[in-house]
Amino acid sequence: MSRLPVRKTYKLFIGGAFPRSESGRSYEAEGQNVARASRKDARDAVKAARGAFAAWSGMTAYNRGQVLYRLAEMMEARAADLAGCCTGRKEVEAAIDRVVWYAGWTDKLAQVLGSSNPVAGPYFNFTVPEPTGVVAVIAPGEPPLGGLVSRVLPALAGGNTVVAVASEIHPLAAIELAEAVATADVPGGVLNILTGLCSELAPVLAGHMDVNALDVSGADGLVEELERLGAENVKRVVRGSADEQSPWAISDFLELKTVWHPIGQ
Amino acid sequence: MGSPMNGSPLTELEKKRKHVPAPALTEWEYAPAPEARDIVRLEERYGLFLGGKMVEPRSGTYATTIDPSTEEPLAEIAQGGPEDVEAAVEAARGAFENGWAKLAPAERAKYLYRIARLMQERSRELAVLESLNNGKPIKESRDVDVPLAAAHFFYYAGWADKLEYAFPNRRPLPLGVAAQVIPWNFPLLMLSWKIAPALATGNTVILKPASTTPLTALLFAEICRQADLPPGVVNILTGNGRMGATLVRHPGVDKVAFTGSTEVGKDIQRALAGSGKRLTLELGGKAANIVFDDAALDQAVEGIVNGIYFNQGQVCCAGSRLLVQESIAEPLITKLKQRLATLRMGDPLDKNTDLGAINSRDQLDRITELVASGREEGAEIFQPACKLPEKGFWFPPTVFTNVAQSYRIAQEEIFGPVLSVLTFRTPEEAVEKANNTAYGLSAGVWTEKGSRILWMAQQLRAGVVWANTFNRFDPASPFGGYKESGFGREGGRHGLEPYLRFDE
Repeated sequence: MSRLPVRKTYKLFIGGAFPRSESGRSYEAEGQNVARASRKDARDAVKAARGAFAAWSGMTAYNRGQVLYRLAEMMEARAADLAGCCTGRKEVEAAIDRVVWYAGWTDKLAQVLGSSNPVAGPYFNFTVPEPTGVVAVIAPGEPPLGGLVSRVLPALAGGNTVVAVASEIHPLAAIELAEAVATADVPGGVLNILTGLCSELAPVLAGHMDVNALDVSGADGLVEELERLGAENVKRVVRGSADEQSPWAISDFLELKTVWHPIGQ
Repeated sequence: MGSPMNGSPLTELEKKRKHVPAPALTEWEYAPAPEARDIVRLEERYGLFLGGKMVEPRSGTYATTIDPSTEEPLAEIAQGGPEDVEAAVEAARGAFENGWAKLAPAERAKYLYRIARLMQERSRELAVLESLNNGKPIKESRDVDVPLAAAHFFYYAGWADKLEYAFPNRRPLPLGVAAQVIPWNFPLLMLSWKIAPALATGNTVILKPASTTPLTALLFAEICRQADLPPGVVNILTGNGRMGATLVRHPGVDKVAFTGSTEVGKDIQRALAGSGKRLTLELGGKAANIVFDDAALDQAVEGIVNGIYFNQGQVCCAGSRLLVQESIAEPLITKLKQRLATLRMGDPLDKNTDLGAINSRDQLDRITELVASGREEGAEIFQPACKLPEKGFWFPPTVFTNVAQSYRIAQEEIFGPVLSVLTFRTPEEAVEKANNTAYGLSAGVWTEKGSRILWMAQQLRAGVVWANTFNRFDPASPFGGYKESGFGREGGRHGLEPYLRFDE
């Protein structure tokens, strides 16, 4: 007699836990029932991300790099599962390599993006990049895993915490990724993943006063509305691409802080 | 305000006094030392500077610009309308496509150097004109605004032919036509913060000066002509806020740079939603100036005074919230009050003047209203005895003590010479209070402890942190805000990026 496989329930990923939607709703995508996050879930995710920000941005860049590298290790271990919910093995390998690439940036950003500034006076003056805070990412659906990784990793590498809305039609890769994240020493709340209807969730995040930046890369048809909502608290709005790999993608989610001090005896 | 304070040691009795009476006016008088006004030749009326020429506005309307220290009219200024916006965009687009973007970068640099040199040569004229139209003390326009403005052109001139070194592995390209809307608090300096990096990166610009302070921008137009800058590369479009709103929405504009209030900044961000236009915003602030118990108090007092009374406090990065460690609150506030009594207020063109006029009736009304709210909410007000001129817009230096975090004067940007004093006990509390604002433009820290300076600098959510100093600016130093103080940086290598796209 053949064995009956244990099926997975696809849930949300908020604050390091896997809750169902508080609304109790789900929707069908890619042949599975997937949690349909509510507005309340979105707000809870922002709260979790804000709560995780101080520790994630405050740890050493070296440490953050190791955690992200560990994520690549966990993805490698789950490569077969991940391949099953995207375009295949090649996409998974590219995504893992991209995570490794960004992991290596954490402790190099300040040297590449910062500066020491030769001001005309007896002052020491330097500029350092810092994370902007909580970033909301509306993830592109194509490719399902690569698109999400390309948008989320730059924000994480820079020390931000993230609330990502998975692609509405291809959400499974995002949940699979969440399971890798949950086992990769990434502190709870650093990356939160919502599945559900983009038109329902994206405006909540775009208008949320405790979200600092908004990545609209996957928000086809909603960009104008989201950008308008983002102005409410002067959000940094990023229009990125699903296949970008560059330190400038990280700098989109960074602030620059300039510090002055007199030089004297 | 830059001179060090001659602080007299406090007697024990003075330290114990809870309420310090306003110190008596100093006995001596300073002889007037007015800067010559006749160095400035004002025209009766000014047109718009479009396509390299001063032209009549198609709108046909003019408005009077005044000297805010006397309310005397200075000149009639063209008020651009929608048709003038069209003409300006056409002029800037033409100049961009017909040569400016294709010009050898080294040649572009030389135009900027020329402009910097001309500004230096005509610095006295620019300074007097700035003080006349803005109301700021000549000491400031002469020693801060004008030299810094020229320095910005000199600094960015050198970048024009070195952009590929600023952005390795990327091919930097200009965006096209930049619409730049600037405020009235540093009219010429904000013009240079906007125009210098835009031109260095190969863009052409339409600059809209603030409606109350157009005159130095119009003198700058003359400088562009003297420098033989190709027509249309710089266009100066004077007018009101409605015209500015039309300008930033124009489809022919590729880039918008705005410095001004957070309210208008949000309007612009909303208006540009979905347009794909590049945007940078430098908006309001409510900076905390934090003094620890080990700070050098006399220096801190100078820093506090410079932080909030420089340019009558009409500064987006003004240190408008003084956070003082509880144990030194009394002596510090006593010293501060004594120092305030020595500030000289009056004729902006007098070289002795520390505090000039408020820029406009509207701004004076806003300051007055917020100060009234401070009294009503229960804060204790201190203003040194000083005689305000009868005409013009004046507000005395003001300190509020007993301020709660929730008061409007602790939350809202006043943009005037009004300081709100709050206290704290621990560094953590100082950080918590300093960051408890929607703004994040600047902050100040006063302490002799090096490790604490660096810790505070890390914790403060602000784009500029001044430690044991305040209100320092330099073309090589990036400036701009966190949170609702805006995004994008002006100054330094980082100030180039908002004016470039990259062919990747």
